[in-house]
Amino acid sequence: MSSRPALAEPQTAEAAGTQAKARTGRRPLRLPRPGYLVSKLAAAVVSFAVTLVIGFSLFNLMPADPVRTMTRGRPVSEAELLRLRVQLGLDKPVWERFLDFVNDTLHGNLGYSWEYQQSVASLTMDRLGPTLLLMGTSFAISVVLGLWLGLRSGWRAGSLFDRITSATALTLWSVPTFWLGMILLIVFSVGVGPFHGFLPTAGMSDPTLPQTGMTHYLDVAKHLILPALTMVLVVYAQYVTIMRSSIIEEIGSPYLLTARAKGLMDAAVRRKHALPNALLPSVTMIFMHLGTLISGAVTVEAIFSWPGLGDLTFAALKIPDLPLLQGTFIVFSASVIIMNLLADLAYRFLDPRVRDQ
Amino acid sequence: MTAAQTTVAALPTRFAGARRFARAFRGRPSGVAGLVILVAFSLLALAAPLFIGDDELDVTKVDGPLLAPPSAHYPLGTDQSGRSVLLLLIWGSRESLRIGVIATVLTVVFGSAVGIIAGHYGGFVGRILMQVTDWFIALPSLPLAISLAAVLGQGSMSITIAIAVTSWTATARLVRAQTLAVEARPFVERARVLGAGDRQIMVKQVLPNVMPLILVSSTLTVAGSLLSEATLTFLGLGNPADVTWGEMLHEAFFGGAFTAGAWWFLLPPGLAILAVVLAFTLTGRAVEYVLDPRMEKK
Repeated sequence: MSSRPALAEPQTAEAAGTQAKARTGRRPLRLPRPGYLVSKLAAAVVSFAVTLVIGFSLFNLMPADPVRTMTRGRPVSEAELLRLRVQLGLDKPVWERFLDFVNDTLHGNLGYSWEYQQSVASLTMDRLGPTLLLMGTSFAISVVLGLWLGLRSGWRAGSLFDRITSATALTLWSVPTFWLGMILLIVFSVGVGPFHGFLPTAGMSDPTLPQTGMTHYLDVAKHLILPALTMVLVVYAQYVTIMRSSIIEEIGSPYLLTARAKGLMDAAVRRKHALPNALLPSVTMIFMHLGTLISGAVTVEAIFSWPGLGDLTFAALKIPDLPLLQGTFIVFSASVIIMNLLADLAYRFLDPRVRDQ
Repeated sequence: MTAAQTTVAALPTRFAGARRFARAFRGRPSGVAGLVILVAFSLLALAAPLFIGDDELDVTKVDGPLLAPPSAHYPLGTDQSGRSVLLLLIWGSRESLRIGVIATVLTVVFGSAVGIIAGHYGGFVGRILMQVTDWFIALPSLPLAISLAAVLGQGSMSITIAIAVTSWTATARLVRAQTLAVEARPFVERARVLGAGDRQIMVKQVLPNVMPLILVSSTLTVAGSLLSEATLTFLGLGNPADVTWGEMLHEAFFGGAFTAGAWWFLLPPGLAILAVVLAFTLTGRAVEYVLDPRMEKK
């Protein structure tokens, strides 16, 4: 390795390295080269394979005896233990079990839940929709909010607005997500003192209302407010920090001086010139932080009984239902890998300097 | 010139750096505030056994009212078993801080070792190590930690391991980058020419220069570890017999205090976590700022 890598933001460094090749003027949009696409896809596939190995070792090699874990706390006969072992395939050698596991996973068979007596694949598929709804909503809101606040506070670093924004973001980042959820739940659903709670306490919809049409959508939206708000409040801080530091990196650039010298208003310089350049590293970093969003989803869904994957993980954890935990782990990992792949491709597509390489 | 000033001036030059550091650190009020909070919590945690005993913590021995709001005798009220929330809060700081600190030590030692080795050897070994690091970064940390803790069984031990396994990657990347920067400097070249071996270069030349960065990153890691610890214990992965802030919140939410509207049992543990996490972050950022040579010029 010849060049010295940057400490914090590798994406910025990559962009800076190609800055010399940057040309002005519009170019026709071009898709990334197929070679690049193939290599990124291959990396994602390898990454998923590693996830499978880790998942398998975690759930099949580490517990001393899965059958004991499964029957914890209730009396079982030797014959039943043996029957369970054969049923779970534990009598086969490890490599054969691993190949079976990989084969099953690739065919969409994620095992069989002990607790729900149902296939893990169908359980997780049922829960995917609510999680995507919750995560998508909170992601969109916190990205817009975080980027806007980061842009404004980075543009006037050290101002009162910047200090208040940064202090608030830092404080909210230090709050445990589940605790914030509990507090919001008490204040807005249960009610404090003379203030009556008006938002639903749990679930995704009111079973007494019709499950279709406009009333249903409004009902779901009402149930969505608190869980989404909890996640936004904890997550947006990261986006503020990322955007703030990207805009501070850009602020001394000569092209901004040029824009000002042309006589552009301050707001126009910020929006038309600084923002697009600061957005590039931010977008990649934001996608890379998606894992945190998933972590937040687990506790938030548990608190608000939101019927998603996080709530399912929590239910599996209480038993503990190992096949179900393994299934949710694989689904979560796969979604992070897919998101990272999309982020990579989006970055290539968005940045003309990288796109034309 | 007073006597005190003479002593300070007479200190050997090797402390000059530390003095300059302390002076610069005092110029960051938020960092000082963070440090004060940390010292206060640590003293409280260390002194707790002096005034809290089994009589106050054992559910079979306490005789307070159940889930009573704050009063003169119980400044923060009582929990479902009649224990004083204030005493639980103080006692909880011990286990919470202990898990946070041990998990951080594991994280930092392992992460730094991987980072320095990957940075020093480069080539094949370095690429393999960084590839493994990237794979771990791609894994969703909370689901992984949950699975690990669930497989290893309830208790502080498995929570500590789960936190370390999911957080070493950040340290490894940071330390590797810094190692590469340090190894490019002439004094490492000089040591190599004088016949220093790989181990000597890594331990004697690189490590002391990477150390400040490792310290900064570990204060930030403690903050993250404390949050993870609280989250995992809250989800029910802790040992129910231990008193930690996460365990208190678990009992408050799932044990009926929440539905009873017992805010005095819900607020204090959360605020304590918030205060300590914020304090670690503020201290870490202040140290980072002071150590950053680009900032010093201003």
